[in-house]
Amino acid sequence: MSGGRPEGAGPGDGGDVEVGQEVARRTFPVHRADLVRYAGASGDFNPIHWSESTAVGVGLPGVVAHGMFTMALVGRLVQDWCGDPGRVASLGVRFTRPVVVPDEGTEVEVVAVVGALDDGAPAQDGEPARPASVRLDLRATCEGVSVLTRARAVVRR
Amino acid sequence: MAVDQSFVGRTYPPDGVYEVSAEKVREFAAAVAGAGSATVSGGPLATAEVPPVHVDADAARALGHPAPVAPPTFAVVLAQRSDARFLADPAAGVDFSRVVHGEQSFTHHRPVVVGDRLVTTLHVDGVRAAGGGAMVTTRSEIATEAGEPVCTAVSLVVVRAPEQEEQA
Repeated sequence: MSGGRPEGAGPGDGGDVEVGQEVARRTFPVHRADLVRYAGASGDFNPIHWSESTAVGVGLPGVVAHGMFTMALVGRLVQDWCGDPGRVASLGVRFTRPVVVPDEGTEVEVVAVVGALDDGAPAQDGEPARPASVRLDLRATCEGVSVLTRARAVVRR
Repeated sequence: MAVDQSFVGRTYPPDGVYEVSAEKVREFAAAVAGAGSATVSGGPLATAEVPPVHVDADAARALGHPAPVAPPTFAVVLAQRSDARFLADPAAGVDFSRVVHGEQSFTHHRPVVVGDRLVTTLHVDGVRAAGGGAMVTTRSEIATEAGEPVCTAVSLVVVRAPEQEEQA
């Protein structure tokens, strides 16, 4: 896979998708080196993301990915689908289970399904205009287990 | 020690300007680019494909942006620094080693772009006791120096209860 727009992606403008339709899916390999790089880029140096002994010491099965790293992969799928990170109006997730990253690495699969379509509304009664948008409902799994819930993105059309 | 509920409603004004640099956006975008697509042949630190909109001014302009655009979760860099003002305050009573990220959301009023000079106001929106620990909701309102709203980042962290044996 060469990145860019995921296989099966639509044009991302929401004009020809329907609620319930899967619009994007991608599997992201995750290695400990990715977590170290993310730690440096984000400034989150919590050792549970790179030190096996620290992670085990606090009761985790091993080194775990930053929740925000997993969320960023979700964001990557969404922006690849719509073609412009500037159109991602909102993105929210609940972290439910850690992504355990053994020495040999693991994989996180992310899937985006259309959750709702909003045609938008013009400005009225002092309320600002609401742009047309698509809500994507997102799933992320590792080893077949869901690691996020309530994962949603709103993308401006 | 329990998290101090009297902190609810407290606001921390901006404590400095964060200048969004091209290199920081490039570094962050590369870190979340899905490096795996380059892993098989090049090892885990091979350069992943970074979308041009994050690093190329012309590509950003073609999409209508004044400068390269940060990834949609980039604002966490500002939000986590901002959160630390409360979470790391000894008076708040948060045991940082027991903090787990529970929820995160970003509402983008407009994209973060290279060259932005941003300030963050932190609001402590909730502290709730939960099973011997606590759930803390913070909100970072990120704006330009001139006051233009850019992003609202809401974070829920769970402060886990101490283990039974440690209480004994």
